Amino acid sequence: MIQFSEERLTKVKEIMNRYPEGKQKSALLPVLHIAQEEFGNWLDTPVMDYVAELLSIEPIEVYEVATFYSMYNLKPVGKYLFEVCQTGPCMLRGSDDIITYIGEKLGIKPGETTTDGMFTLKTVECLGACGYAPMMQLGKFFREHLTKEKVDAIIDECRQNAVKNN
Amino acid sequence: MGIKLLLDKAHVEGIRYFDVYRREGGYRSVEKALKTMSPEAIVEEVKKSGLRGRGGAGFPTGMKWSFIAKPEGVPRHLVCNADESEPGTFKDRYLMEFLPHVLIEGLIISSFALGSNATYIYIRGEYAWIPDILEQAIAEAKANGFLGKNILGTGFDCEIYVQRGAGAYICGEETALIESLEGKRGNPRIKPPFPAIQGLWMRPTVVNNVETLAAVVPIINMGGEEYAKIGVGKSTGTKLISACGNINKPGVYEIDMTISVEEFIYSEEYCGGIANGKRLKACIPGGSSVPILPANLLFKTAKGETRYMNYESLSDGGFATGSMMGSGGFIVLDEDQCVVKHTYTLARFYRHESCGQCSPCREGTGWMEKILKKIDSGKGEMKDIDLLWDIQRRIEGNTICPLGDAAAWPVAAAIRHFRDEFEWHVLNPEESQKRNYGLAHYADAREVVA
Ligand SMILES: Cc1cc2nc3c(=O)[nH]c(=O)nc-3n(C[C@H](O)[C@H](O)[C@H](O)COP(=O)(O)O)c2cc1C
Ligand code: SF4
Ligand code: FES
Repeated sequence: MIQFSEERLTKVKEIMNRYPEGKQKSALLPVLHIAQEEFGNWLDTPVMDYVAELLSIEPIEVYEVATFYSMYNLKPVGKYLFEVCQTGPCMLRGSDDIITYIGEKLGIKPGETTTDGMFTLKTVECLGACGYAPMMQLGKFFREHLTKEKVDAIIDECRQNAVKNN
Repeated sequence: MGIKLLLDKAHVEGIRYFDVYRREGGYRSVEKALKTMSPEAIVEEVKKSGLRGRGGAGFPTGMKWSFIAKPEGVPRHLVCNADESEPGTFKDRYLMEFLPHVLIEGLIISSFALGSNATYIYIRGEYAWIPDILEQAIAEAKANGFLGKNILGTGFDCEIYVQRGAGAYICGEETALIESLEGKRGNPRIKPPFPAIQGLWMRPTVVNNVETLAAVVPIINMGGEEYAKIGVGKSTGTKLISACGNINKPGVYEIDMTISVEEFIYSEEYCGGIANGKRLKACIPGGSSVPILPANLLFKTAKGETRYMNYESLSDGGFATGSMMGSGGFIVLDEDQCVVKHTYTLARFYRHESCGQCSPCREGTGWMEKILKKIDSGKGEMKDIDLLWDIQRRIEGNTICPLGDAAAWPVAAAIRHFRDEFEWHVLNPEESQKRNYGLAHYADAREVVA
């Protein structure tokens, strides 16, 4: 059954209280972030329908928003999502090489997921870390000043975490 | 050392926390403003300071505040724009991450001045760890009586909420931001009505950049007139510059707007010169949307005068030979970099970020990306360069919001100043794939010390 944990449900209620009476739709973006956290880092249709019900809005209002913003994943992604910035300032500091290197190392192209479902490689546009380029987002945090060695270490770290969490 | 008003305490250990910040003199401006000034007097002080919006457009903040409508019984809102998604720009992040209380302090005074009892910080979704920092600062301020009900016993109530976006540059545009905050797609609204009349939930709303709102703190502390004495002409106060690209010391710097561009790039206090002993080729001084300038137009204006890091001087010469202060995203290209390729990445960015409402922007950004990719990959024809020029010209001024212009300008400036580099790609398709094209005559003539 699709249902937020008690803790997350409390958080959702708290967020809905930040807006005036009747404007609970304003909670949609934050609640979709919470939904991704709860339900495997992507938004399946039943999940979006559940969010619509929680906020008393039409499902279409949720779909519209989910398809507009780049951080909502509309299909499953790997356990670890590497979002590497490819915009000008990062390109000037060698992001192309980093993207190629990650792709070769994992055997996937941008947009693809490894067959074991561990890693997804995605190219993204400027994340606001241009002075610390090249960089990528991994979960909640940025990994900056990337080098091939750092990429190796990050991949190892993910594999170890995966073993630990199993 | 230049004057620092926002980052002066950045290196104090623990400045992220209330106790340290307060010990260092934090929240004095709130006491002064709420206990001794009226909202109107604060707006006057901000007017006197000459503060201009730090989000990119440079609109006078005091004037913007005085436009807010005050219909009887309708709540008003202040919204802090922390969407910061313009390539090259990462200054607001720095401020929020390391000095969150400066922003919160500025927000409290500004909320009081505008009569906002519920103020929202809209922060780009990718800065996923920063809301925790801000919420901690908010909780601390509240625990110490600077936020919440009856602040400092003055009867003023204010709550600040942090809301994350979810990945959309267009949500930095103020009306798109408002739509997004209402839980919708980030489609900019047609103006009028302006947000000051009908903004968030159709209530009077002021949207200001993070740095703008933080600057209200020193303005109240020192007084508008004193603040206006810093800087030059209509470029008053200090400005945060985020410097990136091929320089020795990328990072966020606070400058008073009297230093020259040359000093900013070469001095050890700031960028520390071009990385790897290379020469400077070009620079985009105010975020990806503003025109790129070759080195020869960067240090001196077309009239041969020194160019300074301020609003007027950076735009001296208009688009023909000048650029803009924009958001303060300072992108430096060394002699090995290819302007065609760099421009292609920007065109790709704008295509990705167009909200799709207006056809000149939606279609035009797509076409510009395609043609630039074609030229960059050595498959271009001479007529493509003219076509590109034609497309950008048809976007500018024909769209609902300025993203269309923002997409057109970088392409126009690249062709204007580096046309022979585009032509070289067409004429030398194979060679252009083997190396970037660093044209010597664009580069800064200064001797490179190995
Ligand atoms: C496409 C686009 C993106 C923008 N992005 C931002 C942004 O990320 N941050 C920001 O403060 N202003 C941004 N702006 C400017 C805002 O619309 C608005 O002018 C600004 O928030 C006003 O605040 P200020 O007067 O304090 O600068 C953007 C404008 C456009 C057209
Ligand atoms: S100019 Fe572009 S981004 Fe702005 S409203 Fe039109 S389509 Fe949307
Ligand atoms: S260009 Fe990559 S973070 Fe800005």
